[in-house]
Amino acid sequence: MTRVAIIDYGVGNLRSVEKAFAAGGCEAVVSSDAGELREAERLVLPGVGAFRACMSALHERGFDELVRERVAEGTPLLGVCVGMQLLFEESEEFGRSEGLGFLRGRVRRFGGELRVPHIGWNQVEWRREHALMKGIEDGSFFYFVHSYYCETPEPDAVLGETEYGIKYASVVARGNVCGVQFHPEKSQAAGLRLLQNFARGEVQRREV
Amino acid sequence: MLAKRIIPCLDVDRGRVVKGIRFLSLVDAGDPVEQGKRYDLEGADELTFLDITASSGKRAIVANLVRRVADQVFIPLTVGGGLNTIEDVRAVLRAGADKVTLNTAAVERPELITEGAEVFGSQCMVVAIDARRKNARDAKAGWDVYTHGGRRGVGWDAVEWAARAEQLGAGEILLTSMDRDGTRDGYDVELTRAVSNAVRIPVVASGGAGKLEHFYEALTTGGASAVLAASLFHFGQYRVGDVKDYLRGRGVMMR
Repeated sequence: MTRVAIIDYGVGNLRSVEKAFAAGGCEAVVSSDAGELREAERLVLPGVGAFRACMSALHERGFDELVRERVAEGTPLLGVCVGMQLLFEESEEFGRSEGLGFLRGRVRRFGGELRVPHIGWNQVEWRREHALMKGIEDGSFFYFVHSYYCETPEPDAVLGETEYGIKYASVVARGNVCGVQFHPEKSQAAGLRLLQNFARGEVQRREV
Repeated sequence: MLAKRIIPCLDVDRGRVVKGIRFLSLVDAGDPVEQGKRYDLEGADELTFLDITASSGKRAIVANLVRRVADQVFIPLTVGGGLNTIEDVRAVLRAGADKVTLNTAAVERPELITEGAEVFGSQCMVVAIDARRKNARDAKAGWDVYTHGGRRGVGWDAVEWAARAEQLGAGEILLTSMDRDGTRDGYDVELTRAVSNAVRIPVVASGGAGKLEHFYEALTTGGASAVLAASLFHFGQYRVGDVKDYLRGRGVMMR
């Protein structure tokens, strides 16, 4: 069984993520222990609230460097919600904030006449085959709560798209780095399956 | 496409689900985990728990309840009822709630909304507004805000309060019509529409669901993003799936 560590850096409720892995029969631990995070076979980077606050909290604990090292070693990483946004180069939230930069692109606020936050169940249309989506139907509903979305110039990194005023990347993957904008731990069967896929699937270990 | 949400609401007292017309003739209606699982299976999009525990150990009792439900039900949970401080909010969020509703506490100290949004994010700060028509027969007269479970008038306009709550950092409005609550005469669609038009955050309509078309009116004419109902589901008049089938048939996007 693959050991998944959910990075606890003081933001959000991580218990649900841990329980959702457990419900799918996968061993996962919530950890703020650098030693444990260095040994885990797979890492989950959660995140709620403000991008910049999340980035600072990661940095204060030295977990930004830890995550960079683990990703460079080929460890599969799954960013969830704001955790996915942190994978990109920068966010326009509060001016400009720098992210981890594993994926090219920026995090932008929904505009226009839309109700923001984008809250509720919305569909994901798969754009290409990947271990993360195994057994999950095209057009499946997941639970979203966010005001910002990721915009990337790398079409190959986009695994799934969702429509809310615009079509945006709601699932991304490049090499061993993956991200989902929705909350799989709150998305019933489809979400539990995705977490199971991440824990057990053949997420590529090397950068492509 | 974003689906409209159907949200069953459960009243809980000392960790047990209770049924009744708000605060009257309460009867024990079972274990919140079992009830939560049942609604989850029926297709509920979220669950809302309204805690009415009055005892001194309230915070720990509520946290324990939320933990037990969140460990087994993998849809979003909202918890409200008597949350007064950031520490109260933190306790239920840590236990596994995704959102909290603030009602009386937000009116008494509106900064609480901003403080909560800064610490936990706007997405989990729901402001619950209990509104009553100033003139029962004329919606143009507007709606007053009530607190303390509807017992105390604040003298504020409900539509203005909703807009101010958004400015303060609320991520959603849970809007209950006191005129309609428990009547099954339908949601106050004019109230729902007035608030939906005044804010850019999602509005959850509550109070008055009795027939299937009531849900349709609130979600279309009322402009609500979600509808909440309590007694209609508890007493088995309709199941969540019945409501969804009906709405889907009328062209409303459902999960």
